[in-house]
Amino acid sequence: MRARVYVTLKPSVFDPQGRVVADALLSLGYEDVSDVRQGKFFDLELSDTDTDPAAARARVTEMAEKLLANPVIESYRVEVLP
Amino acid sequence: MTVAVVVFPGSNSDADAYYAVSHVIGVGAVLVWHKDTELGAADAVILPGGFAHGDYLRTGAIARFSPIMGAVTRFAGRGGPVLGICNGFQVLLEAGLLPGAMVRNRGIKFVSSMVPVRVEQTDTPFSAACTGGQVLSLPIAHGEGNYFADPDVLAEIESNRQVVFRYVDGHGEATPEGNPNGSLNNIAGICNRQRNVVGLMPHPERACESSLGSHDGRVVLASVVQSLAAGAARG
Repeated sequence: MRARVYVTLKPSVFDPQGRVVADALLSLGYEDVSDVRQGKFFDLELSDTDTDPAAARARVTEMAEKLLANPVIESYRVEVLP
Repeated sequence: MTVAVVVFPGSNSDADAYYAVSHVIGVGAVLVWHKDTELGAADAVILPGGFAHGDYLRTGAIARFSPIMGAVTRFAGRGGPVLGICNGFQVLLEAGLLPGAMVRNRGIKFVSSMVPVRVEQTDTPFSAACTGGQVLSLPIAHGEGNYFADPDVLAEIESNRQVVFRYVDGHGEATPEGNPNGSLNNIAGICNRQRNVVGLMPHPERACESSLGSHDGRVVLASVVQSLAAGAARG
């Protein structure tokens, strides 16, 4: 079983990297870009003993809370894949 | 009196902190490896600057789970003075020993320069020898020193007088011009509610001798000696 965790800065946190990327796109002529938010994702390979998607989701959510995201500045989304 | 300087893989100011404490301030210093689980007879702890664990994932995010952090948390819980400098500050934030978080500098660039820093509070173990409003010339060297906290948390640390150091301009005012990295409220350093844990982005240990361009950092490190001596005198 696999899981993917998306981590992004919370909307209230200014994202300097996203701003620079947005400026770069604008300078390339993509004037329809009004904002860019940069994030990251983690692909987790889970052992085959984890067959219950709900249990896997709970476990990966715990991992996101504890390590993968910093809840002070980041939000996250967990996807469990077969 | 002994100050423990924790060494993480990737710390690069551990030797500077050790030197400043032992040779400039003149009290005992010991280096403690991050895999150790005890601080020994330390009277104060410094988490030094650098790039612990390569700053992978987030600054301080891996270091906060180093085995020594259990002992650091217990020491802080007993009221022991703990100072986090730069990356050490980031570790304290990730560990939840201080409120808030660091994000990338507003201007994206890594900032390395001498900056004026105003002492806001003198009732912490790392500012006790300063005078209120004193402006120190201290070096900063970081890419992620842009302090962030939710508005309610920010209001709380301001009302609890937890902002210990603030970036200021040449006139000693906390203006946008005096803010090198975008930190909310020009915050350069804070303490916890109990006031024994302090974190700051500037490097006092790199500014302890005039030959290095400033000796203003000395008073920050001397503060803990004064503070511990005062505590011992009170018994």
